[in-house]
Amino acid sequence: MQTLGEFKLPHFFNYPPYFTLQPVKDTREKQIQLWKELILDYCRTQKIFVVGLDEDFLLFSNPVIERSLSHEAREAFLSALVSEGRAEWLDKSHKRCLILWHRIQDWADLIISFVKDNGLEDSVMTVEEMRSGVESRGTELHGMDRTILMRALKHLEHKGKLVIFKGTSADDEGIKFSL
Amino acid sequence: MAGDFLPAAELTASGRPVLKSGEVECSLLSAVDLLSEELPTFPHLKSGLVILTTHRLLWLPPETGTHTKSSCFVPLSAIQHIFSAKKSIKSMFHSPRIRFQVSTTSDGKVTERGGLKSAVITLIVRGKTDPDSFLGKLWDAWRGRAWEASGSESGSQSGDGEGSTSGSLALRPPVVGVAGILRKEQEMWESTDKSLQDAFQDLNALMSKAKEMVMLAEKMRLKLLSGSNNQTSGTNDDEMGTKEEMHDWLLSVGIVSPVTKESAGALYHQQLSRQLADFVKIPLERAGGMINLIDIYCLFNRARGTELISPDDLLQACSLWEKFDVSVMLRKFDSGVMVIQSKSHSDDEVFTRIRSLVMKPEALQNGVSASDAAMTLGVAPAMAKEYLLAAEGKGLLCRDVSPDGFRFYINLFLELNPEDIYLVRDHSRYSTWIRAVSSS
Repeated sequence: MQTLGEFKLPHFFNYPPYFTLQPVKDTREKQIQLWKELILDYCRTQKIFVVGLDEDFLLFSNPVIERSLSHEAREAFLSALVSEGRAEWLDKSHKRCLILWHRIQDWADLIISFVKDNGLEDSVMTVEEMRSGVESRGTELHGMDRTILMRALKHLEHKGKLVIFKGTSADDEGIKFSL
Repeated sequence: MAGDFLPAAELTASGRPVLKSGEVECSLLSAVDLLSEELPTFPHLKSGLVILTTHRLLWLPPETGTHTKSSCFVPLSAIQHIFSAKKSIKSMFHSPRIRFQVSTTSDGKVTERGGLKSAVITLIVRGKTDPDSFLGKLWDAWRGRAWEASGSESGSQSGDGEGSTSGSLALRPPVVGVAGILRKEQEMWESTDKSLQDAFQDLNALMSKAKEMVMLAEKMRLKLLSGSNNQTSGTNDDEMGTKEEMHDWLLSVGIVSPVTKESAGALYHQQLSRQLADFVKIPLERAGGMINLIDIYCLFNRARGTELISPDDLLQACSLWEKFDVSVMLRKFDSGVMVIQSKSHSDDEVFTRIRSLVMKPEALQNGVSASDAAMTLGVAPAMAKEYLLAAEGKGLLCRDVSPDGFRFYINLFLELNPEDIYLVRDHSRYSTWIRAVSSS
């Protein structure tokens, strides 16, 4: 079986029609579903948060069979993810796409369990600490996209689980948990 | 029954008369009654189609095909005399009639020369066609005595002096030449508007550059029309002069042929349609039940030799099939490609062949192109592509568009499971495909 780095590719990745946007409705719906699953799987294992349409995203071309997705097809598959809440466009021209292999709600749950696991229920820490600090090492939070992290934190703030405040340094924010 | 008096006419499956060798059709007339006022038991055959050939006068009932048995004919050789049209006050209120005398046996059956008795048969022309020109053609055909030249049927005695007449008169073609053309031109003015417009559309399609000429001719037509309206209020010589000039002009532009067609009216396409239905059977069989409209156009015109038909005529003739009970149909694919298909032909059979084609190891790996399919199916590539697209629409195939071209593969998408993208079911097409691809 073919691999992409450490990622194991399904057999149909070598099926040439997989790389042509199918015009027939039923076939196309199935094709889109297969692409959505593959993109989410790949991004989750490779910790990819942002996919640029015009950038070299390894999944979008297959040198073995010399096929690559057209711009239209890329946009169609990512749009399908967006419409399901599994991705968000980062710009109006649909050039960059934020992939949510965990939904915001799921990310928020992960943060809660991280806080509980580390006994931080009433503590204060910065956003950057959460992304790259010692505590988060080995968890899914480590190295996560800042945009997504902020969205998840805002979600929790809205629920009254924490408060976000301006920190001492200009480019970082503090979090006060109150679980 | 008409059979008691007239011999039955043999028809093809599509309702066209079966002609004898050497027999040529001369004219058609629709909505004609055939009866004999002298013979009380002679049936009144109502509103049929009369076909005049060099040998016979055929009467076909309306809606042929449903009751072909009632069609019959009068052999021209049985005609003893044709009465010229009576011009009387009475005739102005009647539908025009054509009368002729035929020889009969003692019990009234129409027979070729040598009958003991005679009877008068009347044709009543109810349509808006011109009975006078038909009468003229009947005269020509009768005097032409073509049946003698093509070898008289067994049993009929050759008349005396046959040798002297057949040489000079036999097989005289129907009226042609300038006189014929002008007469048809005259017919045209009676139904000018539509026919002329049709003619011009024809012209337009053929030579787009001739737009100016069409406009000019259109202008002339309007002037001619206004000229004929003014006739009652006194026409001066100048106007008459220009009218003739324009006649010549219009003729030289070449719009006479659609008018000829128009003079046969709707009948032309009807008859053409039936003839075509008979004709396509053999090429259709050879092509496997479906044939491109363009191919038939070539074959049909080649078979016709000189009397070529336009693509538009072909299309009209094909569209008329819906109304007749014939075994072929016109089919239009989504792409716009039109084909002739026999009604018994089924797509399922073709799809089965396509399925077995794309499941071959070579096709599983590289897919098939339209020309690959054309070879397997024995049809033209354009047609093969239509089939492939139709199969794609049914979910049997899917496409691969790449710099290498446009190819089709067996559709695996519908088998795959998005819940588990690594799942491979045993004995599925997917597993067959994986084996074929990995063996290379």
